[in-house]
This record gives sequence, structure tokens and C-alpha cells, in this order.
Amino acid sequence: MDFELTKAQEQFRKTIRGFTENEIRPIAGAVDRYEATVDDNIKKLAALHINGIAIPVEEGGAGGDHVCYAIACEEVAKACTSTATLVSAKLAGLLIEMLYYYGTPAQKEKYLQPFLQGELEGCFGLTEPEAGSDPGRLCTTAIKDGSNYIINGTKTFITGAPLADFAIVMASTNKSLGTKGITAFLVDCDTPGFSKGKPEQKMGQRGLPVGELIMKNVVVPETAIIGKEGMGFRLAMKSLDCGRLGIASVALGIAEGAYEAAVKYSKERVQFGAPICNNQAIQFMLTDMKMRIDAAQLLVYRAAVSKDKGSSSFPFEASMAKVYASEVAMFVTTKAVQIHGGYGYMNDYPVERMMRDAKLTEIYEGTSEIQRMVLARTILK
Amino acid sequence: MKLIVCIKQVPDTTEVKLDPKTGTLIRDGVPSIINPDDRAALEVALKMKDANLGTTVTVICMGPKQADAAVREALAMGADSAIIVSDRAFAGSDTWATANVISSAIQKIMDYDLVFCGRQAIDGDTAQVGPQIAERLNIPQVTYARSVKVLGDSRYEVCRELDDEQQIVEVTGPALITVVHGLEPIRYPDFRRIFQAYSGVFEVLNWSQEELKIDANKIGLKSSPTNVKCTFPPELRKSGIRLEGTNEEMVKQLFDNMLGEHILKRRA
Repeated sequence: MDFELTKAQEQFRKTIRGFTENEIRPIAGAVDRYEATVDDNIKKLAALHINGIAIPVEEGGAGGDHVCYAIACEEVAKACTSTATLVSAKLAGLLIEMLYYYGTPAQKEKYLQPFLQGELEGCFGLTEPEAGSDPGRLCTTAIKDGSNYIINGTKTFITGAPLADFAIVMASTNKSLGTKGITAFLVDCDTPGFSKGKPEQKMGQRGLPVGELIMKNVVVPETAIIGKEGMGFRLAMKSLDCGRLGIASVALGIAEGAYEAAVKYSKERVQFGAPICNNQAIQFMLTDMKMRIDAAQLLVYRAAVSKDKGSSSFPFEASMAKVYASEVAMFVTTKAVQIHGGYGYMNDYPVERMMRDAKLTEIYEGTSEIQRMVLARTILK
Repeated sequence: MKLIVCIKQVPDTTEVKLDPKTGTLIRDGVPSIINPDDRAALEVALKMKDANLGTTVTVICMGPKQADAAVREALAMGADSAIIVSDRAFAGSDTWATANVISSAIQKIMDYDLVFCGRQAIDGDTAQVGPQIAERLNIPQVTYARSVKVLGDSRYEVCRELDDEQQIVEVTGPALITVVHGLEPIRYPDFRRIFQAYSGVFEVLNWSQEELKIDANKIGLKSSPTNVKCTFPPELRKSGIRLEGTNEEMVKQLFDNMLGEHILKRRA
């Protein structure tokens, strides 16, 4: 049992923290206010070879591990959640796992390599207006036509859609089979019949581009299938676990960022002739925040270590980390606003933004309720 | 081109506090960093490497074993290889002894075009080691540099940044250049190279007194001619007094204060 990071991981943390302080934190407030895209910083990070963090260098990755994946999401989220969520998708998670583990060499060369190098943007399309937690209700269809497939349907709330050059689209190739009839397709966004809805306006993470993918008679070749026909849902579920680790780390980072702001403010704010941190009411809040943060961090890092070890307990641990860390993020950011009092409610201080940002972590990449269902299934098995 | 960059690991003085009793630095828990001027020197060398195919950058770092972290960071930034010069016998070296050690390491490397140093270290602030190394190696030196342009035939154009002027000087290599930080942006370590730096991809040599074959009377605390008489935290300056009232009232207050502090004396 050892809770120490390796020297490489320490250096990694120091570097991503420095980058965050210099490049990301100064613009975080403006990114939220003006719904600005954080493309520049994502490109700068790509040039520093952070993408595909756990993929070997020979295959275009950074040659690191998933502990560093967690650290990166955590450190960036302390300052800017919008950037952190995009970072989580560029370093590891759904899209990368789908392509890296199940893509053909040709698919990897055409999509994964340029994606990792920051030359091509991609997104993952599963959610539909009528199918979120219940993918069995998927309406997007892919009908076989000779050696091609014709895709029709709409994907909604797709992270990164407005920037995407390509999408992994989950479509039903056989409706009667339910989730076993779902197939994953790689679709170029400039294919005739493919269009995008306008970017969504959101409560939080307002710099995170999210939007719709609309497909009307989009023709793709057989070679666009990832894995085999009917395997799409299974592959996506496997890849989702890693994405959950990313979101758990993002949630952890938001909580830490809000906690740090609350500690600082409580020492500065003077009422009744003394800093408010002298009051037990404030001290107890800070203590409860810190305890939960440390517990969340242990869950997150344990899941990351399990992922690197290839442990079969990883999906369970990643889900648990995601539920817990996201609820800690909500708890801590709410308390941080409370400690800031009236100022906390104003956008001159970052904590109201963090509170809005935190809410999404309980929802995306599987809601807390779905996570608990999945966790219970494992517990009762 | 073969470039050598000398770096030092220092405590991050923005986070360092002084022990009010002993007047020494409290180093416990203070993070260590690459000295800022040295980092700028590394950046100048790496820019030359980027622009000139086949250029290599070797980092030399004298210090205790913990200096390893500084060297790995330099490798992650883009240096090709590193030499850690470390030995208990070097402990307590002043600038004279330090320059002896580092110049003997450079002489052991033999083949080089330029040596880079930071202007000065944030813990000692002497700005002596760079020039002293140049003297030992008997090569020309250009101090307070901001950038370097390669002219060919071992000639270099160096932009010096002084308090009230910039100077452009030309120098023929091999030469030593000391660099000032805060003027040019400095790259971040490359994430891929961080992992490589810690997995044996780059050559990191450890040289001790034995490898350098340097005389004991040229190194360490005992051979250092510098004697530190005492160290103390500077006294905090008193904050000023704001005078209020009419001009006449304020002038009267001012004179009264100066008389009170015995700056002025009333004529008898």
C-alpha cells in the first residue's frame, strides 16, 4: 500500500498545474461569461503531446498512464471546467478507447492519429432526444444498402459536436435486437446529408461546445463500422468506464478549486472584527469540504490505478468515483458560495460558476442514478 | 552545434520564508525549481536547437541527488542528455569552487560550441559563476544575454539586455553566454518527454570528484575563499506617515516630526 505519486507523475502534475495557472485560469471567467471556445488552449496542449495520455508513444500517444489522466482533469478543473471536460476527452475516454481498442489500422490512421495530434476534432454520438439513460430507445437507423449503410437520425447534447470533423455515431442496424442491434459508425461531418444544430446554451460549463448532429440519408461504407455490426453498444459501454474516470476527476478538481477559493476568502473576509474563518460555523464547513474532497480523491486515484493495472474491478470503481466525486463537487461548491455570502452569488468571484459547472458532473457520462443502478447490479451479483 | 547549459536547482523563493531567529532559509516543504535565469538560458539553447538541425543540448547540474528532478525537467523541455555533478566533497562550495567543478566537467566533455548559464541564481544572487567558468575555460564571455543568432563559421550575434540599453555584440565560439529571464517566453516541459525522461530514454550521467579528477583543494567548503560573516533578514522599512490639513499645518507637522526624530535641530 503506497499513496505516493511517482516522480514522473509529480513532474506531470507540476507541469499541468503551471500551464493551468498561466494559460487557463486567467481566461476561465471570460470563457464562462461569453461562452467562448477554449480551442487555443486545447491546441497548445496538443502541441505539448498530452493527448492520448496512456497510449504508447509509438502509437501517437503520450506514453503516460491513467493516474496522470486523472491528475490532468483534476488540475485543469480547479480553474476551468469547460476546458477540463474537453481535456478529459482528448487525453483518454470514450472516443479514444473506441478507436484505440476496436478500430482497424486504417481507421486509426485516418482518425485516431490526427485526433491525438490535434489536427482533427471528433465527438461521440449516442444520446438522442428520446434516448438518454435508455439506449434501447435509439431511433437513429443505419440501413444496409449493398456495401454501404444509409444513416438517418438525430443525436443531441453531443460534447464537442460544434467543433467536430468526424463523429462516432451509434445507430440501430437491427431494431428488433434492441441494444444488441446497435452498431458504431465513423462518419465524416462533411458527408452529404450530415449537418449540425446550433450550439446549446447551458447553465454551466458554458465554454464547452455541445450540440446536435443531424443525419439525413448519410451514406457511409462498410469500412466505417467500428468492431462488428451489432457490437456498438457493448464496445461503447466498455469505453464509457474510462470516460467516467475522467468526469470523476473533473468533479474532484471543481471541488478542490472551490474549496481553495473558500479557504482563501474566509481568511480575508473580516466581520465582527475578525476574519470569518475564526468562526466555528465556517471552520466546520471547511472541514466537511476537505474530508469529502480527500475521500473523493482516494476513490478517483484508486480507480485510475486499477485502470493502469488492467484490474477487473475498474468499471465498478470508476462508477463509484464518478457518483461520489460529482456529489462532493455539488456539496463543496454550494458551501463555497455560502462561505462567500453575497459575494459568492456574484460573478466577480469564481465560486458561483463552479457551482453551476459542478451540476453537470452529476448528469453527463451517466447520471448518478444510472451509476447507482449499475453499482447495485455488481453488488448483488 | 554542441551546446551546454548549466542549471541549478534552487528553492522557490516566492514561497520561502526566513527563520527570524537564525536568519536562514526555512527549506522544509519549499518546492524546488530550476533557477529562472537558467531556465531562460535553456530556452535560448533549445531555440537554437529548433532552428539548426543536428544541434544537441547537454545540461549540466551541480547539486545534491535531489537535483535529479531539475535535470529530468530540462530533458522534458527538450535537452538531449544530462550530467549530474554530485559529490559530498563538493558541499559548501562557494562560487570559486563551484566554477572549478563545473568547468572541469565541461573540460571533460571537451567538444562544445557554446556554454550557457543563467545570469544569477535566486538563492545566492552573485552572478559570478558564469563569468568564473568562462575564465577557467579561457573562452570569451557575453553576459546578460536575451537572445542569440547563429551567423555561421562559429560566429554568433548576441543581444545583451542592460538596465538602460540593449547591445548587439558578436562573439566567436567556443564562448560562454549568461542569460537573463523575464524577456522571452519559455516553453513548458513536453508531457511525452516527461514520461521518457523518467524511463531511461535520455542519457543521464552522474559524475563525482573521481570522474572529474579534480583536486580536493579546489572544491568544497574548506577550499572556498568566501567566508560568510553573518546572514540576517533585512529590517522592514517603516511605512510613511500621511499628513493632513492645510499646507501650513502640514509643513508644521513635518518640521515637528523631523525635530522629534532628531533629523533637524533647533538653533540654540
